[in-house]
Amino acid sequence: MSDNLLSASRVITDKVAENISRVEELAYEIRVREVMTSQVITMHPNDAMQTVLETFRQARISGAPVLEEGNLIGLISIEDLIRCLLKQDLAAPVHQYMTPHPVVVKGDDSVVEALKVFVSKKYGRLPVVDSNGHLIGIITKGDITRGLLRALERDYQSEEVRRYRASHLFEDIESERTSLILRYNIKQGDFEHGGEASAKIKRALLRLGASPQIARRCGIAVYEAEMNLIIHTTEGGVIRAEIEPHQISIDVYDYGPGIRDVELAMQPGYSTASEKVREMGFGAGMGLVNIKRCVDWMKLESEWGKGTRLRMKIYLPPPHTHTKGENSNPT
Amino acid sequence: MRLDQIVNALQLSVLTHPIDLSEVEPTGGYASDLLSCVMSGAQRGNLWVTLQSHLNIVAVAALLDLAAIIITEGAQPDVATLEKAEQEGVILLSTPLPTYTVIGRLWELGVRNPETTP
Ligand SMILES: Nc1ncnc2c1ncn2[C@@H]1O[C@H](COP(=O)(O)OP(=O)(O)OP(=O)(O)O)[C@@H](O)[C@H]1O
Ligand SMILES: [Mg+2]
Repeated sequence: MSDNLLSASRVITDKVAENISRVEELAYEIRVREVMTSQVITMHPNDAMQTVLETFRQARISGAPVLEEGNLIGLISIEDLIRCLLKQDLAAPVHQYMTPHPVVVKGDDSVVEALKVFVSKKYGRLPVVDSNGHLIGIITKGDITRGLLRALERDYQSEEVRRYRASHLFEDIESERTSLILRYNIKQGDFEHGGEASAKIKRALLRLGASPQIARRCGIAVYEAEMNLIIHTTEGGVIRAEIEPHQISIDVYDYGPGIRDVELAMQPGYSTASEKVREMGFGAGMGLVNIKRCVDWMKLESEWGKGTRLRMKIYLPPPHTHTKGENSNPT
Repeated sequence: MRLDQIVNALQLSVLTHPIDLSEVEPTGGYASDLLSCVMSGAQRGNLWVTLQSHLNIVAVAALLDLAAIIITEGAQPDVATLEKAEQEGVILLSTPLPTYTVIGRLWELGVRNPETTP
């Protein structure tokens, strides 16, 4: 929960992205009330901070609205609690430490409204009110992510419409740090799932409105890196892709065995793949060469005995130069 | 040329179900058993001719949006591969013929790659 507070500039945190399984994409037009948590634990202004501490710990929450006679008068968060702990002032009442007049969102607002607040104000959660200003729920970035994903899984038909909407999401949230982070753990020897992470990243890009050419280049590059983790590492590794409006950055790392001679590994045709793996058609020694061709920038670093890190970037054209024709052209 | 016509002409077995083959029109072809060559060389909508029949060919075809995979020399994909192909919407075809013959027939039928054909 508390990592929501730390990475306030991110729409989707690493932690959340890690839990994303089949569908990892953003959507638009969902109402706050559809994704919020409606069973809210609330505090009273006269409750002692000690009670807040116990409540937070027990309910595993990091913030709660403060109500007085049914009216929302403040928000008490884990940061407030920490301030109080530092002063060893747990007997103090909630109203001394709470943030009064908290920023709220309406249940009927689009989740984009809530996202905008999260991005600009760095809050971890927002109380949700109805049109009369009464508290009806609470919303965190995690709620939004999960809600969006659920909704996207629900309907697959209006793909085009949704793609259009999703592609505008980044434009609507005005922040230089808006990004979507996808993260996958890849296991050594797991040929059965080989290519799944790259397929998911490619799909996410298409749904975010990237051109098919960009999605394809990215898919190929990540696929080669993914297979290298499966084939050449001792325990597998991690693929982390960050999609921002202007670029896609991919970081692939593992903890062994490393590459003895990176320059040699980059040579077309160089491969240490085993006979068995070659029989499956891997080991042409072309993977890294393919990656180089597909990305705008790459850096392969490795230390023998330690591990390997491959970083790649694909730059995206600014959204307004995207033409319709570009989107529908095959490669 | 449409995929159903190609299947008839070469008497290919269709290993996967749902998709209507007459809706698919391959943009050309590519042949290799080395996956990263396919990753680098095959174009979107291509037919891919290979004697590989394991699970990972499906991932490659899906990622590249290939029209179909023709598995040659009678190689048989296992159940997991077939299931994965159905899931991903990848069409699997098979033939006892060797790759060389299949490519020759496809070429005769006019399935060529526009950019490499003189
Ligand atoms: N993550 C990694 N850890 C250890 N060694 C690696 C890693 N990635 C690549 N290598 C080394 O670099 C070599 C070249 O990699 P590259 O992907 O170009 O070819 P390949 O995987 O051998 O064959 P292909 O990708 O054509 O199937 C590998 O054979 C391996 O020795
Ligand atoms: Mg490789």
